[in-house]
Amino acid sequence: MKHTDETATDGGEQLSDDQLFGQLAEADRVQLSRRERFGLLLDAYVLTPGRVAWSDWRTRIGILVISLFLLTGLAAKVSTSNWWILEDVTIVESPATNQAPTNHQPFDGGFAAITEEGGWIDTTASFPWVEFNAPLGSTNYGEPIGRQLIHSTPDMIEMVVAGAFVSVGLAILIGITAGYKGGKIDSVLMSITDIVMTMPAIPLVIVIAAIYPPREAWLVGVILAIDAWPGLARALRSQVLTLREESYVEASRTMGIPSTTILSRDITPQLMPYILINAAQAGRSVIFESVALYFLGVLPFTTANWGIMMDTAYSEGFALVNMANFYQIFWPMMAVVIISFGLILFSQGMDRVFNPRIRARHSKKVGTGGEDQEH
Amino acid sequence: MRQYLDRTRNGLVSLFGVLVGLRYYWERIAHAFVTLFAVTTITFALFRLMPGSPADAMRAEFERRLAGQGQAADPEVIDQMVRVHTGFDPDKPIYIQYVEYLRDVIIYQDFGQSIQYGDPVFDILFAAMPWSIFISVYGLAFGYTANILLGAAMAYKEGSRFDSYSTVGATFLNSVPYYVGAFFFLAFFAYDLGWFPGSGRYSRGLEQGLNPEFMLSIVHHGTLPIMSSFIVGFGGGALAMRGNSVRILGEDYLRVARLRGISSTRIATRYVARNAILPLYTQMMIGIAAIFSSSVVLEYIFTYPGVGWYTYDAIMRRDYPLLMGSFLFFTIVTLIGILIAEFTYGIVDPRAGSGDQSEAY
Repeated sequence: MKHTDETATDGGEQLSDDQLFGQLAEADRVQLSRRERFGLLLDAYVLTPGRVAWSDWRTRIGILVISLFLLTGLAAKVSTSNWWILEDVTIVESPATNQAPTNHQPFDGGFAAITEEGGWIDTTASFPWVEFNAPLGSTNYGEPIGRQLIHSTPDMIEMVVAGAFVSVGLAILIGITAGYKGGKIDSVLMSITDIVMTMPAIPLVIVIAAIYPPREAWLVGVILAIDAWPGLARALRSQVLTLREESYVEASRTMGIPSTTILSRDITPQLMPYILINAAQAGRSVIFESVALYFLGVLPFTTANWGIMMDTAYSEGFALVNMANFYQIFWPMMAVVIISFGLILFSQGMDRVFNPRIRARHSKKVGTGGEDQEH
Repeated sequence: MRQYLDRTRNGLVSLFGVLVGLRYYWERIAHAFVTLFAVTTITFALFRLMPGSPADAMRAEFERRLAGQGQAADPEVIDQMVRVHTGFDPDKPIYIQYVEYLRDVIIYQDFGQSIQYGDPVFDILFAAMPWSIFISVYGLAFGYTANILLGAAMAYKEGSRFDSYSTVGATFLNSVPYYVGAFFFLAFFAYDLGWFPGSGRYSRGLEQGLNPEFMLSIVHHGTLPIMSSFIVGFGGGALAMRGNSVRILGEDYLRVARLRGISSTRIATRYVARNAILPLYTQMMIGIAAIFSSSVVLEYIFTYPGVGWYTYDAIMRRDYPLLMGSFLFFTIVTLIGILIAEFTYGIVDPRAGSGDQSEAY
């Protein structure tokens, strides 16, 4: 028996090298039109994850909350925009003093007052549809709180996106390189991570803000990202430490593929779910900290912001001591809680999307070959 | 004779073993010092090298103050005042200033002098430190105890109604920022119901010392800040603990332990809890830094004069030496906290610190 016989261990006919490694016969080759291929891609990357995500109530609520947040931001952006046809479109007016009676209580007059004159939805307005008359109340200066909340949303979005982007990007860069390269590079990078992790975040940001007051929202996000990345970088590093021992990574390494390619093609996609979930968490921590710093008055008061609203309610409305004014601090607090609740639920739900066992159950394919996938 | 030789040899071997075992601790301590050195350097750089540096701001402040008193601003006098307050001479080259700053901080514990209070920064912060540690450490301890207990209970009752309600509850608590909790506590428990005082560290007019009234007063004033920092420590820990416990409950070694007839309490504490707590422990090390930095906001809200409150005060009055000093103080306390956590980590997890260096690519 020759050593080449080993392919015939099933007792069947021995296959030639061409049959084993060559191309398929013309008839066996599966022909996919561009449209079908697009359908398969769409299915694999968009529809199936979407279906799995939507089947979980947490993701559903998370997506709803985040979409509401984004739509609010869009509405506020359109209202203040001076661009072409959007100039005349005003969905929600910008807040200003004396737009409402001062110290107007929220839901004034209870539910009976919904359509009454001067109630919280005033139908006497000339608009064909209903107009809200400060349903969430107004400040001591007669600024409607609802409008303030809505108009501070675009800046919050900018802050969250910038913060999440920078912190996750830094974490990916540092954590994955450290974990994969090992040795000296690892210890240097991890020392830097430890140093940043040790520096207390809020005092550090306060010191930076005292020297360089950030005027743009995205810059606030970037500064807040300074403290958000080390935890994630450490977590990613430990994940990479196990991934780099995998056989396919080792195969790539043996083939002489450069490290950057291995890192971007083989390792990072494996970590994507983890990274996405943490991006949502980073967004949450950026909101938490920026609101806290605006509340403290450390960051310059430039535009409307939930933290500034809380500060005004606290120091000028005496919202904590005077229970009648508690609503002034309540609404911005609720905004922070609701959006971070949405982000957390979303990230928990995404965890399920990336869990292969749950995903398999829902991966009903559209397009061609749906049944073949089962075999 | 031979007996003694053997004994000596054994003693030497075990001493060597102890020293090798201690190497991990020495490394961690050295690491902490490197971190402290780096942070001091960054502090100095922030303080001195950035454009529009605090030293310039301070100089402008002194000029204004002297002009207000009707005195001509003599540059030499002002330089002298800046030197006294920051601890470095503006005329010397920066690297000499840096070395002198390090020397002052390390050897003389001299962080400069507070502009506003006129006292050495170290004395102000050292007096305030125990109060910050008091509210932070209890908050952290209670937060993590609650995490572990709730997480374990949820895992034990996995899939039950209690489990799903607690999951939603823990998620909700996770999305409530600590300062929002503090606002609610202040508004309802302090001002509306009047159960707890809304500010201060202890009641005035009490004899200070180890008498029960004074200590009760401290606890009374500390309750709301501790409850708020409890929220910081709570985080997503309960859910993490639940996840870890559920995974461990399905492991084979638990079945083996049960077949061997090991008691349920021993299984619960030695087999499940110990393994489930480990990942939480790492998370806690990161949490230490978070809880100290949150004290700036909490102490401001509760008017609780700890280091955080002085930090806020220093920013508002542009008292940069105090600000820099408190920043260094926060870092040192965080470092000590992390060191303690790391050293005890070796007790919780015997695998830690085995120090097998993985291959470098």
